[in-house]
Amino acid sequence: MSTLPLIVMLCLVAASASAAELPADPLNSPAWSTIAGRYFKGQTVAFDARVKVTAPSSAEDPLDVPVQISAEGLPDVQEMLVVADLNPIQKILSYEPLRAAPSLAFRFKVEQSTPIRVAARTRDGVWHLGGVWLSAAGGGCTTPSYGSADPVWQTRLNEVRGRLWPADDHTGQRLRLRVIHPMDTGLANGIPAFYIDRIVLSDAKGVTLARLNTFEPVSENPVLSFDLRGSGAVQVSGGDIQGNTFSAEISP
Amino acid sequence: MRCWPWLAALAAAAGLSAPASAASFDYRLQARKVADGVYALIGKIENFSRENGGNIVNTGFIIGVDGVIVIDTGPSKAYGEQQRAAIAQLTAKPIVQVLLTHSHPDHVLGNQAYPGVPVASLPATAVTLTQSGDALLGNLYRLVGDAMRDTEVRLPNAVAADGALSVAGRKLRLIAARGHSDGDLMVFDEASHTLFAGDLVFFERAPTTPNADLPQWLETLDALDGFEFAVLVPGHGPVLHDHAGIAQTRDYLRWLRDSLQGAARRGLDMPEVLQLPMPERFRTLAVLKTEYERSVTHLYPAYELDTLPTIPRSKPK
Repeated sequence: MSTLPLIVMLCLVAASASAAELPADPLNSPAWSTIAGRYFKGQTVAFDARVKVTAPSSAEDPLDVPVQISAEGLPDVQEMLVVADLNPIQKILSYEPLRAAPSLAFRFKVEQSTPIRVAARTRDGVWHLGGVWLSAAGGGCTTPSYGSADPVWQTRLNEVRGRLWPADDHTGQRLRLRVIHPMDTGLANGIPAFYIDRIVLSDAKGVTLARLNTFEPVSENPVLSFDLRGSGAVQVSGGDIQGNTFSAEISP
Repeated sequence: MRCWPWLAALAAAAGLSAPASAASFDYRLQARKVADGVYALIGKIENFSRENGGNIVNTGFIIGVDGVIVIDTGPSKAYGEQQRAAIAQLTAKPIVQVLLTHSHPDHVLGNQAYPGVPVASLPATAVTLTQSGDALLGNLYRLVGDAMRDTEVRLPNAVAADGALSVAGRKLRLIAARGHSDGDLMVFDEASHTLFAGDLVFFERAPTTPNADLPQWLETLDALDGFEFAVLVPGHGPVLHDHAGIAQTRDYLRWLRDSLQGAARRGLDMPEVLQLPMPERFRTLAVLKTEYERSVTHLYPAYELDTLPTIPRSKPK
């Protein structure tokens, strides 16, 4: 287990993400300037110890690496972007925790050892970055999904399992979800990309609580944990890139 | 040009080590007598590394009247060959039987050293090696490196079945069980009351669970606790003369089961489960943190799924 060392607090020097002013990457990633250019061009980035990624140090199962992201302590988080620098598809997800805590747990497919980064954008437009290195034997992105080889699985496409737990401090509730979906990356031979790209959570009145966009690297049959504020039933709706949709109401 | 003596010594050492690095990895195997005619080769209680060449495993052999029975062949071709050489130092009798306890790569990848010898396993072991042998081999090349040189998967060529087996003039009892994997073979030598328990028993090292079924494994250990033996050779860890290894493995697996099940019922996700505190009594186990992390990955998905009911499809609002 590792979280971003405190030392990066010292590098909390905001800088515009141009090559000249780009802050040094505490993870020493060979792809840092590429990542910065691709996702934060012309924007302000800062490494910030309040933005944490929790993951095992080594990927035991490259198809299913558990990750938790958190920006607790950072006010007004508008969006959280998760990328794996050295994955063939770098962008894993983006999360708008509208009425939820800025934290999320998910699993993803890793192709080789890589930094996992989370960038949390605050209201002032600054991207606050945290991350860890993950060691991996890899192959997760180019391995066919189990679902792609199993027609029975397809009949349960988008089946939702889930449950709500009241938070320990009673300030909110945790939603855990599992959706059946192959989440094909398009990188396995002859199997086109096919993945859930959006999940929206709303309350009984239809008020949106959180919005999640997922991409190819999210693991097959995604398992997600959201930390919501408030209580009560949650409406889950989502869909994949081929227009299949799902919706389910999860009651406390 | 100045030349410091220590630098010269270093250069000499480098020169000397060059031919050694071209040769096979030297496992420095030492057969340890655990009973009359019964020997064990005790591996390190570590993770796979380049330094240990994958020798993190216990293997053994039994010298019978007219031949030798080998139990597990180790992690590589070089290990198998050096195991065979260690046997040859003690006896000129031929190897007449190899028995594989289960399909994990540290136990079976020395099979190449025994061409022409019957290599028997439970059917499930052969199935796993047929399906996943090359993937397991590839992973070990990655973890261990050059010690694996020229190692290839050699499938078992004979079937071991639960019950008595007389071979090389030695009466054995083969015990077919499950839990650590879907085919765990134990070998009991009737003459010396030595039990080769395979990876059903670990001692002083955290158990591994990549193919484990905890309820089945615990059931097997319960049964094993009633079994009489004089010597127990665990799959990993020091040789035992009592039930301490069975008790320790069972204690750990029960804790793992209860801990994972409890975490799932509290709604924790895997990264949180990875950070749960470990009981004090397990802190002395070698490679505890690594194996716990691996076990969470292997086992937690099933426990958490048990806590998540299927939700009927609703109309989007």
